[in-house]
Amino acid sequence: MHSQETTVPVNADIDIVTARQKGRELARDLGFTSTDLALIATAISELARNIILYANSGEIVLSVVENGSRRGLKVVARDDGPGIPDIERALEEGFSTSRSLGLGLSGVRRLMDEFDIVSEVGNGTTVTVKKWRL
Amino acid sequence: MQVPILKQRDYLIASIQAALTDADLLQLRDALVSQVGTYRSRGVIVDVTALDVMDSFAVRTLRDLAHMIRLRGAETVIVGIQPEVSFAMVQLGLTLEGVSTALDLEEGLAYLDKKLRITAPPSVKKRG
Amino acid sequence: MAEANPHPVPLQKVGGPESTAVLLRELVAHLRQSRTQLREEWARRITEAQLLTAMSKEEIFAEATAVYDNYVDVLETGAVEALQDYARNLSERIIPRGVETHEVIGIVLLLRDVLARSLFAKYRQDFDKLSRVLDAYEPAANRIGSTVAVSFVQERERIIREQQEAIRELSTPVLPVRERLLILPIIGMVDPLRARQLTEQLLRGIRTNRARVVVMDITGVPAMDATVANHLVQTVEASRLLGATVIVTGLSPELAQTLVNIGVDLSKMNTVGDLQGGIEEAERQLGYRVVQMIEEPPVQA
Repeated sequence: MHSQETTVPVNADIDIVTARQKGRELARDLGFTSTDLALIATAISELARNIILYANSGEIVLSVVENGSRRGLKVVARDDGPGIPDIERALEEGFSTSRSLGLGLSGVRRLMDEFDIVSEVGNGTTVTVKKWRL
Repeated sequence: MQVPILKQRDYLIASIQAALTDADLLQLRDALVSQVGTYRSRGVIVDVTALDVMDSFAVRTLRDLAHMIRLRGAETVIVGIQPEVSFAMVQLGLTLEGVSTALDLEEGLAYLDKKLRITAPPSVKKRG
Repeated sequence: MAEANPHPVPLQKVGGPESTAVLLRELVAHLRQSRTQLREEWARRITEAQLLTAMSKEEIFAEATAVYDNYVDVLETGAVEALQDYARNLSERIIPRGVETHEVIGIVLLLRDVLARSLFAKYRQDFDKLSRVLDAYEPAANRIGSTVAVSFVQERERIIREQQEAIRELSTPVLPVRERLLILPIIGMVDPLRARQLTEQLLRGIRTNRARVVVMDITGVPAMDATVANHLVQTVEASRLLGATVIVTGLSPELAQTLVNIGVDLSKMNTVGDLQGGIEEAERQLGYRVVQMIEEPPVQA
């Protein structure tokens, strides 16, 4: 039974650090390899940074997911920001409207096993990613 | 969290001790770019052994730092990137292009010694 | 040796003249009393049934004694942990000697049979009592049997997993050949999973050996698709982040074509034709100079 969720509010750059550290702890408890821990922590860092950059505030929700005998980590990054008008374009390699390196979303997709994004202009963005244990 | 900067011989050594926020990173960049002039340093080593994540912002800041320091006439070498961190970085496409790297502080010092000896101007003898 | 049951009779008596607990206690006393004889009987039947052929008679007898005692303890206390630990430990010792799952299940079933027969002999005068004793014995015996079998199978699976891991690591050895120089000969097909393992191993190897130069020889790689080729480039880039230069050797014409087709930035790739050339280049970068020793003429006496 792993119904518990950890929610990290993301309002300032210190929260980026908190979110990725919490994610790393949970992933370590799940038995991910050290390489996976680095991939997961980096992905959470990018997601949290996107919230700060584009929406100013939001939250990262971490939880354990199961699929048959496999277990994994689910990360949901949610904000009530302006939303993304063109998701396809936002996922293109190197696309960015902000001052970041522009590897944000497409990079996160590469680090994780599953990637899903829902965004509505004016109604915020929710990115859900999962990483499964090998 | 402020990063201590040590001055050793011609070099400045910044050893990051714990996870840094974006603001900490920018402060580190500005401090090094400024002090490299104050101390007339010829080399800068940034030790990132303690970092378990180097995301796009951290990598970009370190790259900017290295380029700015080059413009100020000194060499930068980033040392101590962990194997897992480097794996995650290349997955993200962050390769720190144009920035020198070394295994650890010792290797970083050896790298700078070698590089700066080669490019050192002929020594000027003091008269007297 | 075996004495009368020292435990007091339980307070609650449920279902019939004796509760299961009382019957089990009587049973335990009987099994302790007949220990020598039943244990020998069991060991003899193991040999007869040609089980545990990888082990000597003495070994079988020693293990049979330990399992027998653990078995009786479980009947007495109902706690399987000690037996579980023993079974794991036993499995760890006998699996490398080629003992198979059917043998382990076979010996446990034999013990169950030996004990049941002795109960038949003891209670053959009182059929009612025999039937109650068996009712108490069988669930406990089944639980013990499955505990031992499951422990064995789990241990076996653990060993298989470890071996798979070892084989994967062996499939791409990271070889330190000189101080600061590693060689990574890659042989056979590389899929994304292997590419990842190979990269992780190399990065750890660079750190442990404090390597400055790595020669990655891919002469033995028959083909590579764009995905794997990209992994190869990432391996080179990740190594550089640790401060090590990678020299790639043995690129076939087909691989060269793949790399050009996927638009690899060749300025990032340090390639040399073959492994020998790669090692020479690595030595040059590390500041070694290899000099052939001139053979001394034989000294005249």
